[in-house]
Amino acid sequence: MVNFERHEYDVIVIGAGGAGLRAAIEASAQGARTALICKSLLGKAHTVMAEGGIAASLGNVWPQDNWQVHFRDTMRGGKMLNNWRMAQLHAQEAPDRVRELESWGALFDRTSDGKILQRDFGGHRYARLAHVGDRTGLEMIRTLQQNAVHKGIDVYMECTITQLLKSGDRVTGAMGYWRESGNTIVFAAKSVVLATGGVGKAFSVTSNSWEYTGDGHSLAYWAGAELIDMECVQFHPTGMVWPPSVRGILVTEGVRGDGGTLRNSDGERFMFNYIPDFFAAETADTIDEADGWYDDKVKNRRTPDLLPRDEVARAINAEVKAGRGTPHGGAFLDISSRRSADYIRRRLPSMYHQFKQLADVDITAQAMEVGPTMHYIMGGIRVEADTAATTVPGLFAAGECAGGMHGANRLGGNSLSDLLVFGRRAGLGAAEDAAAQSAVPEVDESQVEEVVAGMREPFGRSGEGPYEVHSDLQDMMQKNVGIIRTEVELDEAVNRLQDLKNRSKDVMVSGHQQYNPGWHLAMDLESLLTVSEAIARAAHMRKESRGGHTRDDYPDPSDEWAVQNICIKQGDNGGMEVSTTPLPQMPEELKELFEEGSNA
Amino acid sequence: MVQALASLPGTARGFMQTLRTDRWWVEPALVFVSMSLFFGWLTVSILMDFGPLGHYEVEGTHFLSPVFEPTWLSAINADWSGAWYLSPAFIVLLGPVPFRATCYYYRRAYYRSFFFSPPGCAVGDVGETYKGEAKLPLIMQNAHRFFMYIALIFVPLLWIGAIRSLHVPGEGWGIGLGSAFLLLNAFLLMMYTFSCHSLRHFIGGGLNCFSCSKVTRTRKRLWDYVTTFNERHRLWAWSSLLVIVFVDIYIRLVANGYITDPNTWSKF
Amino acid sequence: MPEFTIAVQRGEAEAESQWTDYIVDVEEGQVVLDVIHRIQATEAPDLAVRWNCKAGKCGSCSAEINGKPRLMCMTRMNLFDPAEKITVAPMKTWPLIRDLVTDVGFNYETAEKIPAVKLGEPSEDGDFRMHQEDVERGQEFRKCIECFLCSDVCHVIRDHPENKENFFGPRFFVRLAELDMHPLDQEDRIDLVKNDAGVGYCNITKCCTEACPEDIHITDNAIIPLKERVIDSSYDPIRWIGRKIAGK
Repeated sequence: MVNFERHEYDVIVIGAGGAGLRAAIEASAQGARTALICKSLLGKAHTVMAEGGIAASLGNVWPQDNWQVHFRDTMRGGKMLNNWRMAQLHAQEAPDRVRELESWGALFDRTSDGKILQRDFGGHRYARLAHVGDRTGLEMIRTLQQNAVHKGIDVYMECTITQLLKSGDRVTGAMGYWRESGNTIVFAAKSVVLATGGVGKAFSVTSNSWEYTGDGHSLAYWAGAELIDMECVQFHPTGMVWPPSVRGILVTEGVRGDGGTLRNSDGERFMFNYIPDFFAAETADTIDEADGWYDDKVKNRRTPDLLPRDEVARAINAEVKAGRGTPHGGAFLDISSRRSADYIRRRLPSMYHQFKQLADVDITAQAMEVGPTMHYIMGGIRVEADTAATTVPGLFAAGECAGGMHGANRLGGNSLSDLLVFGRRAGLGAAEDAAAQSAVPEVDESQVEEVVAGMREPFGRSGEGPYEVHSDLQDMMQKNVGIIRTEVELDEAVNRLQDLKNRSKDVMVSGHQQYNPGWHLAMDLESLLTVSEAIARAAHMRKESRGGHTRDDYPDPSDEWAVQNICIKQGDNGGMEVSTTPLPQMPEELKELFEEGSNA
Repeated sequence: MVQALASLPGTARGFMQTLRTDRWWVEPALVFVSMSLFFGWLTVSILMDFGPLGHYEVEGTHFLSPVFEPTWLSAINADWSGAWYLSPAFIVLLGPVPFRATCYYYRRAYYRSFFFSPPGCAVGDVGETYKGEAKLPLIMQNAHRFFMYIALIFVPLLWIGAIRSLHVPGEGWGIGLGSAFLLLNAFLLMMYTFSCHSLRHFIGGGLNCFSCSKVTRTRKRLWDYVTTFNERHRLWAWSSLLVIVFVDIYIRLVANGYITDPNTWSKF
Repeated sequence: MPEFTIAVQRGEAEAESQWTDYIVDVEEGQVVLDVIHRIQATEAPDLAVRWNCKAGKCGSCSAEINGKPRLMCMTRMNLFDPAEKITVAPMKTWPLIRDLVTDVGFNYETAEKIPAVKLGEPSEDGDFRMHQEDVERGQEFRKCIECFLCSDVCHVIRDHPENKENFFGPRFFVRLAELDMHPLDQEDRIDLVKNDAGVGYCNITKCCTEACPEDIHITDNAIIPLKERVIDSSYDPIRWIGRKIAGK
């Protein structure tokens, strides 16, 4: 009989980025006894790396802005695959969530009349992103963290959850291990919120940190929840490409929002050649108009440098393939010719710092070299828009690990607002759900013992190390399930994933349980392989190109696929089942926003 | 290629222990030597009205070592030989000396170089216990604000002294190298005072809202100036110290007849 | 590619820790954290190290490299001479957990002791009004990534751990300064700064400022202004007389 540490709560929140923190604050405010569990130290979650800003139609810079315009931008950016209700709630509630952050101590950059300043970003019709220089994510997570520490929330840091516990259909808690000691910890809870972020570590070139191993997606999947839109993966157009050790690190879209332009090795502003019909009406087609737009957004249409991320990423990819790339295989991104050194250092301090220190490039005088980097997964756990409830009773999800909100492509700045809006809703939903339960559920000890035995297995094996398997997985996903996909490569991906799964079952770990990163990776491999398979299978099924999902063999969007979500679920035999479900249809009054001549 | 071998430096705990490999001790050593020399000389100078460098004022002029400003005090007490505690220079003990002694920059410098507390960053400091400036005697460092008020008075006094040196009784206005040094000295002392952290707080740093009224907006502008000066506080601290020592020696050399000051007057 | 020798402090208790040398080829542009990762992936899969963003934004990978407190992800290998051995050790001020990982819990406990921001009512339109010049000082402080290198290098607690009971460390003076200078905050924390936080323990030797990877002027802009605010309330004779006259 394994002796394990045990805790009981009304609500446990797994993941302490923006969504997890906001969920915990809300659950606790509703009177639920709440625990917050995170793999890293508090305040280090991936939210900290968000740079550009929080999208919210505050209308402080452009009074014409309102939630309808934001909603429309979001849906169009997502190529209409979004869950309309989530996009609506998001657009409606984001301004209040931003103001709330300010009342909790966030210090946003200001307009001249003392309100929150907003900046331009790709796909947003008006300057809409509340920001602090280029470190908005840090401001957001610190504000939430500083608020949360006074709310009586118990925080379990450096604690990894490996399995949700269930009794019948309902989730009854979660279990995992302390990274420091390797000891098992078990939580019995009336309801559980997943806020674990994304899956970036399945790819080799990514802006994501080691934590992004698809834990929440996998925990939910194993517990029987549905995943949707997993094929929709966002490659951010501007990651660093050189030196090799920093390849993939994010270069904020704020560089382009604040005046940066993309050029190829011929010095051509190539984005003018990649304006899709879908955005032609709202995009400048001459350099003069694009340049004029920075100062006058009413008379001029927006520069194609700020098309949605999927468009720009594909364009850079195509330029490099056509032999017009930079020396290190990217595009040039230059802000120094439009803005003064002082302006750049003030608006983009951490970009300045990052390039200076890591690449010996002075962005106030030189162009950056940038290229696509895996950044975000739009797909995730299927949730009910208003309550963030998943398809499994007692289980909720918010933030990047939840699907639907962003459709096929997420607009920059919509992530931080998503975390706040749906983090709060998930906390609320979970607290209400918990209140309806009579008692904290019993934990099935045999379930725990079985999982613990599985976790310890790698110590007794004699196979290869986890790092090799992980690195092969990343290379395979990058190559076969990357920015441009084909049937043949995806077939190969599915086959190779089977090999990798087999190899992962033999992975050996040396040393002991205490703070052993090799062991931690061995356990993370399971979720990485699960989400990789989900992405590959969903990508295989969607025979069209839409947003973050680009098929070389089906280069255009299709009307048939426009109304389908791809849904993934664990089958009764343990295998992955892939099916389609119809996209929820929005009501007439919202549909009108997309008609020509609409003011939105 | 990675290979594991065994090796051992210690974990570096204890006085002067560190894993730093750079020459971290150069700066504190230079500070130790320079401060010893400069403040050593000033101590000697305050007490010295005898010997080959005994004269600190050129006779018949207002050409006076700034250590002995303000001049009216030395005029009252012109003949103080034999009674060291009556040195007219003792007035500097009321303002400028404690102002410097409690200065945030000098504190950093002497805590590191003289008290090894700590000798360098990530280098083991001295002593078993440490209470810093939280307890007596070092809690007295909080008097810096008070000495700043007094130091402000010395700024015009030094300028007056320097300008007075441009006028030689009987000969009228003129200019000389020594006077130029006195003007430079007054300027540097002013910059040292105007870059003071306490002044920076006093002038505007203590406000939480800069934009709230006309007065606070003005104070914000002044605070911006002091902030710019304050970023170079170390530079002003050293340059003003170097120059006052230099000027004191220069004037004593002139006053005791070793060198001649190039100037527009005929008298000296 | 140049070959470097890296000595990593390994072990679970400082007294029993050992230096282990690793000989590593270093590629162009690499940072210390890359090298540590390579050692992990090849020679020592159980080498414990904390890291997240690898871009100087999260403040996880703090360590002491050649005795200097630094972020491993922002320390380029070309700073060093391949002929000299490089030491990588955990932060010394916090209890060691294993290898390069320390228990920084002190800082999380301290954070809870600082009363949260308390704003008044917003303007009639529901928005708070603050001007850029009023938030700029706070924004400098909020650049803090909580790497805790400033508190690690601070001799007040580094060499005298018993002071942890009376001294919050530079990171939290940055936090307190930010709150105290907030244009709309209504809480008075100066007694806390003077007493529990122990600003008097700081002897302004500025090592925290030197260590800060975010270039926050911790001493000049946070700690000294806090000391001056304490002087306002406790030590300024002229203000004291003023208060007496005003009968406060």
